[in-house]
Amino acid sequence: MRKYTPKDNVQKKAYYTDRYWVAPRVPREAVEEGSHFAAVADAMKAFAKESYIEVGQLVIHIDPTENFEAIKTLKEQCGYTQCSEQSAVDYLAQDGEFELFYQFLNINEAKRVRIVCRIKEGEAIESIVPLFNSASFAEREMYDMFGIKVNNHPMLKRLIMPDDWEGHPLLKTYPLQGDEFASWYEVDKIFGKEYRDVIGPENRDPSRIERYDTKRFSRVGYEVPFDADISEGEKPNPIEYSETVLVDYNKDSGKQLEERR
Amino acid sequence: MQQPNKLTPFFENLNFERDDNTMVINFGPQHPSAHGQLRLILELDGEQVVKAHPDIGYLHRGVEKMAENMTYNEFLPTTDRLDYMAATSNNYAYALAVEKLLGIEAPRRAQAIRTMLLELNRIISHLFFIATHALDVGAMSVFLYAFREREYGMDLMEEYCGARLTHSAVRIGGVPLDLPKGWIENLISFCDKVDYEVKNTYEALLTENRIWKMRLEDVGVISAEDALNWGCTGPMLRGSGVKYDIRKEEPYELYEELDFDIPISDRCDSYGRYRLYMEEMYQSTRILRQLIPIYKESEPQLMAHAPQYLSAPKEEIMTQNYALMQHFVLVTQGMRPPKGEVYVPTESPKGELGFYIKSEGEPYAYRLKCRAPSFFHTGLLQELLVGTYIADVVTIIGTTNIVFGEVDR
Amino acid sequence: MAQHQVNYASAAGLPIALTSVDKLVNWGRSNSLWPLTYGLACCAIEMMAAGASRYDFDRMGTIFRASPRQADVMILAGTLSKKHSEFARRLYDQMTEPKWVISMGSCANTGGMFNTYATVQGVDRIVPVDIYLPGCAPRPETLQYALMMLQKKIRRESANMNNNTKQNLRLV
Repeated sequence: MRKYTPKDNVQKKAYYTDRYWVAPRVPREAVEEGSHFAAVADAMKAFAKESYIEVGQLVIHIDPTENFEAIKTLKEQCGYTQCSEQSAVDYLAQDGEFELFYQFLNINEAKRVRIVCRIKEGEAIESIVPLFNSASFAEREMYDMFGIKVNNHPMLKRLIMPDDWEGHPLLKTYPLQGDEFASWYEVDKIFGKEYRDVIGPENRDPSRIERYDTKRFSRVGYEVPFDADISEGEKPNPIEYSETVLVDYNKDSGKQLEERR
Repeated sequence: MQQPNKLTPFFENLNFERDDNTMVINFGPQHPSAHGQLRLILELDGEQVVKAHPDIGYLHRGVEKMAENMTYNEFLPTTDRLDYMAATSNNYAYALAVEKLLGIEAPRRAQAIRTMLLELNRIISHLFFIATHALDVGAMSVFLYAFREREYGMDLMEEYCGARLTHSAVRIGGVPLDLPKGWIENLISFCDKVDYEVKNTYEALLTENRIWKMRLEDVGVISAEDALNWGCTGPMLRGSGVKYDIRKEEPYELYEELDFDIPISDRCDSYGRYRLYMEEMYQSTRILRQLIPIYKESEPQLMAHAPQYLSAPKEEIMTQNYALMQHFVLVTQGMRPPKGEVYVPTESPKGELGFYIKSEGEPYAYRLKCRAPSFFHTGLLQELLVGTYIADVVTIIGTTNIVFGEVDR
Repeated sequence: MAQHQVNYASAAGLPIALTSVDKLVNWGRSNSLWPLTYGLACCAIEMMAAGASRYDFDRMGTIFRASPRQADVMILAGTLSKKHSEFARRLYDQMTEPKWVISMGSCANTGGMFNTYATVQGVDRIVPVDIYLPGCAPRPETLQYALMMLQKKIRRESANMNNNTKQNLRLV
């Protein structure tokens, strides 16, 4: 039986997990009274489902359908005039949701706020491009990498991957080395499907060695054409690790077993 | 309109016909200005740009996905390749983010060395900026002069960590190596050289130069509100009059103890930004000189003491058994930070470089997002290029100081 | 010589004259190799440093040309992503014969440290490469050494480019 590999998260996992180990949490503090963050939390009271301070920044969890109004309040009333970053985290394997975050900066107070919301797979989110133009590229990248559609975005096209790419790379179901479409993309695009055999599959093994590597290296400066035979009559000698492979199943196996007895 | 067919090669997925008298040209992914792989699809009305559409992604290497499959320490050399002009600044931003997640702080000598490396990288990056910007605008000899200084700076980095370009000079929790003998004297002579050259070569050649001024003044003008709205940070923001530098406002390392000024420019155009970059080089040498006594008076501890997350120093690993075991586990399995998320901004030579790390307690990060300043500056090009002449397009790309390792990750 | 139409392109011409012409042509080609500026990522910076003040490239007769029609050598410096590979091949096709390719850096040789979905695992999947240059990023002196090796290789070849068999025969 082959080993069970979970298909909903194909990223690399730790090879050893201690059954009884509980990961500690990054400490979260409550918002103090009278500080700048208290004023922000107050202004965002209508939207905030949860708010706390983590590593010196205020984090507010909101409902995804209200993100435009919440961010508008944050911008106009609390003075957070720059959207530093926005992106998503893929939790489809655990909860079936994406966790989106927006990072804001207040220039005058030099404080940062993070707005976090969760959307289900297939849901779309409202664009904040009318409020912050930096979202135009950031939301496009989010769509490209995760497949999260954004409503009312001026140009929702793939940004980083080629326009005809299939698949959204940063999902946990997408393998690091790319699926079948990715591995033949450049060959298909430039030469056509017929050249797949000519060029051959990609070599994804960083430690692959070949029999005549050292020989070719020693000939630097005195090379021969690519397809010339440099084996000097040596027979190809594949390494066998298992005894069962030594039996040639093409031949009459009864006779071989007789010989071995 | 070219239809795709197998007989003739189909080159573009855009039509180049004239409609409404505008011409669409492709400022292709490979062009002689040294900024990397930016493809701009410009609609021109005569010489003026009517619409600009930047197409990026030609250097996408899947760095964020790699972070989800590598341990934290393993990922550090990959951050080198993001902003490859000043590699230590990205290493440092990542190391700082992980340290904030872990809740540890590097010891004082490590902080001094790190700040020295950061400012050295800032000078190296700004020298590259002036070299390529001048080369694009047309002053080709400045490229050779600036690279001469840059070689001295890269010599210093090579003496310290062995690599000229992709340093990996800091580790999570400190630095791996102490400064070699004679490095500080070389650093002082480098600072003197940079001070002298910036004043007598680059500024003397360019600042009062009539052609330079004509090419750069009133080109790439962006107001303060627009700059904030588009996510500009660093010299782009300070060139528009907004006084914000993360080293002063949200200080990290030893920046609180150091005495330096933040140049800002009210001109909002490329000329102001150019003056800003030159001034920043002076301030960096000032910081470097102040760091030397701080380094000399610090205790010789290079890595933080956090046995759960970081390995012990080499002498202990080689002699003590528990240190060896812990080091083995940390190298093979990787360290497991606490669960949580953190976003840490730092002031890289290009702007605000920040790392958002979300950890689930696993040795591999659950999500790592790199907030690259050049990404947002490239988005800004959509607005900045409209209404300019095509000769100014090159100037504007140069002045925004975009590096494509960051944009595409 | 005017009565004889010596076809120097075939071996039927006088052998002595052909080898001198070969040598002369190869001397000319190797000593003024004009690279196409194809810096992609970090190796591009080292390529520029190789062309700058300390490690001067111009003393070997190389000038970086922006147009593929005027260039002899394509130095692919840096990671080639799959989105870009189409353009790299197109620029290679637009270069006029004789042309050579140097693949600079680990990312161009084999995809390098970026064993991911978006990186071409080796530029020799797209264009036939003559010299592979290891390093991450290789020092400028390494690039100059690679160029000198390419010069040696050119001098060994015959002047008629059709007689040279390219290393990667699967791609022409």
